[in-house]
Amino acid sequence: MQDQPAPGEILAAVARFLREVVAPETAGHTAFNARVAANALEMMRRQLDLAPAAEAAERARLAALLGMGGDLAQLNAELSRRLATGDLDLATPGLAEHLWATTLAKLAVDQPTYWGYRAALAERSMAPD
Amino acid sequence: MSELAEALGRVARRRLGGDGVEGVTRLSAGATQEIWRFVLRHGEARTDLILRRAPGGTRVPDTAVGLEIEARLIQAAGSVGVPVPPVRHVLEPGDGLGHGFIMGVVEGETLGGRIARGDALAAARPGLARQCGEILAGIHTLDPDRFPTLRRATPAALIGQYEEAYRASDWPRPVFELAFRWLAGRRPPPPARPRLVHGDFRNGNLIVGADGVRAVLDWELAHVGDPMEDLGWICVNSWRFGVADKPVGGFGTREDLWAGYEAAGGAPVDRERALFWEVFGSLRWGVMCAGMAAAFRNADPTVERAVIARRASETEVDLMRLLAA
Repeated sequence: MQDQPAPGEILAAVARFLREVVAPETAGHTAFNARVAANALEMMRRQLDLAPAAEAAERARLAALLGMGGDLAQLNAELSRRLATGDLDLATPGLAEHLWATTLAKLAVDQPTYWGYRAALAERSMAPD
Repeated sequence: MSELAEALGRVARRRLGGDGVEGVTRLSAGATQEIWRFVLRHGEARTDLILRRAPGGTRVPDTAVGLEIEARLIQAAGSVGVPVPPVRHVLEPGDGLGHGFIMGVVEGETLGGRIARGDALAAARPGLARQCGEILAGIHTLDPDRFPTLRRATPAALIGQYEEAYRASDWPRPVFELAFRWLAGRRPPPPARPRLVHGDFRNGNLIVGADGVRAVLDWELAHVGDPMEDLGWICVNSWRFGVADKPVGGFGTREDLWAGYEAAGGAPVDRERALFWEVFGSLRWGVMCAGMAAAFRNADPTVERAVIARRASETEVDLMRLLAA
């Protein structure tokens, strides 16, 4: 067992350092990139927190939708293939729900403040996390 | 003094009627273009100018139209009343600065968020969408035959280009598949009169002041095709900066954009066709973001590049709202 603090806690501390110390004490491109780096670390922290459960749920939905097993990359490649050929489309039961759940889970990691994501949550009457 | 500043000094004396240059400062380190700002000295007078040139002076990216053509497009657009920065000089081989051009500085705001939401431009905002329509009508009057090297792109060819780029990324994206299928089923025929299309006309490529749009920038993606493409692209969600009820760049309505376009002599706007190009625009930006992952792993391993690659999912939620609401 690895010791504490946990990866997410350390990532959060480094992000705070970049945002609260490095960015104010530098200028121009360096300050800008310090903030970008802080954002990137916070994204990775969200991925560590959220992706395991989200990807397990995604995999279960895909297996049911496609009637096959496999890892996430294989299942998404197969879903992509069937969408491209038209074998599956938005009229397929469960497909739209799957794409919505997967897309919202990706945004919760990548860009939880993106206004289009907040709008989608509101339209779908889901409380943001 | 750097080699670049020395060469610029020679250009100032030979081509720009000045005595020399000072304050040569690099503004951007883009992968496709270098942008430098400098001051032209002429007696007691000082004029701020911009140099845009290919990285290192010579490397020309494949997808862009080329800086000499870009300069000619800007000049042609200016001649029909489109607000553009004044082109002062197109670089020649003897200038020793590679490919590029020198233009005047247009003061104003370029940051999309401030244009869409900032207090300073609150009074200008209500007129911007209509003005953008008028400007696009002007751009679409330019004669494509004057630019024979520009790419001729039918709707089918453009979809094919981005689908190929998506497939090359070798990363499955079911939402993009859905969008490609949607577009293929609604693809308009090639336009009756192909027009010169700006190709990247959006909030972020405009200089805006209290008096409205002062300059249209970034002509490097210009091509000849369906003029409705420009009217769809500026409505893409990615350039609204959070202002949900102002689809045109976060500052105006489609109705104002279209009214300005038609009043200024643009062809009547086909609503279905505009929506097609808006969906295409979201998908196009998504494919461009997704392609940043390869750029990050190869040519440009910066944090900024990595973070832009992870913005592809923004367009997935936008596409889902457009296609599966």
